[in-house]
Amino acid sequence: MIAKRIIPCLDVRNGRVVKGTNFEGIQDVADPVEMAKYYNDTGADELVFYDITASFEGRGIFTDILRRTAAQVFIPLTVGGGINDVSDFERVLSCGADKVSVNSGAIADPTLIDRAARRYGDQCVVLSMDVKRVDGSFRVFAKGGRVDTGIDALRWAHEGQERGAGELVVNSIDTDGVKQGFDLEMLSAMGKTVSIPIIASGGAGCMEHFKTLFESVPQVDAGLAASIFHRKEVPLPDLKQYLAGAGIPMRILR
Amino acid sequence: MIAIIDYGVGNLYSLSHSLTYLGIENTVTRDRQVISQADKLILPGVGAFGDARQKLSDTGMDEALLSRVRAGVPLLGICLGMQLLFMKSYEYGEHPGLGLIDGEICPLKDDLPAGMKVPQIGWNTLKFVGESPLLRYVREGDSVYYVHSFYAKGAGSAVKAVSEYGVEVPGLVQRDHVFGAQFHPEKSGPVGLSILRAFGEV
Repeated sequence: MIAKRIIPCLDVRNGRVVKGTNFEGIQDVADPVEMAKYYNDTGADELVFYDITASFEGRGIFTDILRRTAAQVFIPLTVGGGINDVSDFERVLSCGADKVSVNSGAIADPTLIDRAARRYGDQCVVLSMDVKRVDGSFRVFAKGGRVDTGIDALRWAHEGQERGAGELVVNSIDTDGVKQGFDLEMLSAMGKTVSIPIIASGGAGCMEHFKTLFESVPQVDAGLAASIFHRKEVPLPDLKQYLAGAGIPMRILR
Repeated sequence: MIAIIDYGVGNLYSLSHSLTYLGIENTVTRDRQVISQADKLILPGVGAFGDARQKLSDTGMDEALLSRVRAGVPLLGICLGMQLLFMKSYEYGEHPGLGLIDGEICPLKDDLPAGMKVPQIGWNTLKFVGESPLLRYVREGDSVYYVHSFYAKGAGSAVKAVSEYGVEVPGLVQRDHVFGAQFHPEKSGPVGLSILRAFGEV
């Protein structure tokens, strides 16, 4: 049986993973290559590297890290952040990424999805979106969730699928960082709209939240989170054991 | 030396990295000379069958590969590379394959129960239905990573391990020294690496 996937997301800025911000406002950081190796060895089903660097030098550091990571990580690796053109796909794929996640770049030019899918295959193109409730509907926000695009999220998800996206990452701005659980209402609406795999993001605070996610929205294929894994508030191997014990199909390393 | 055949389809870095990590000498090549001297071959590939088959012909890689296989050199096809080993495929029309293993490549969507997603993307468990040296280090129930929309039908006794996805999807096939993996061993963690290690030892 196909397993539900658990995916840690590594936000990389200036060559370091941002693990979270402590109560004094100081950023806790770690080495991305080491962290990727740790997740590879402890049972993560995939990894997402998100490039949150803005500078040109930062981008160079990022691709170097990607190359070093890809040489010792033997699970699928998705890269996102700053993907605005097919040449950006080429840049990260040539460093060892398996899939590329597009967000604002696809909103600015939706044909990016078609062009990338034709060139690299649907399986390579992951459409990622930040969604927030506005006036009773789900809206797509761009630029890291700061700008309301006015686009209906369900319509955009469907369009993305039709254009050739192979998977969908849906991050709920409403539940993100609150740690009260995934946005089940929005994810279920997505599940009724698209037939491609859905990766849920935003809101996980404890192991039970993942169980609830997979049990109540069967169309969701994977759960993604960042700081709760990095800070071991929810240790990834424990989470997978717990979910397997609860009857959710999981890949367990022996 | 394993030659990973580069015919312009897909990303070959992770495959090459995996072999290097295992200490297996390998090279990514489109040089017929290198292929004719390699003691093992890997045919990778992602994308559409027809395009890939065309590229294999255009680059002359198909003839180079077939003559080595006739000489007894072990070959491993991965994902689309596995599908290319078969007689034909019905992906966007009808295309002849390399004809090394009996059977045809058919769309998953025609055979799946309602609600199953196509492509199959993710980790699925292997069930053994035959024996293969590539499964030497694998235990039944181990998971491997799949990404595909088409699958092999009519492969008969060539099927050595399957995964359940609404239908029984042939995961690992073998006919003599020709092997095929529908999943991606280079993306399947320690289990996948063990399969590549076993191919290195064939």
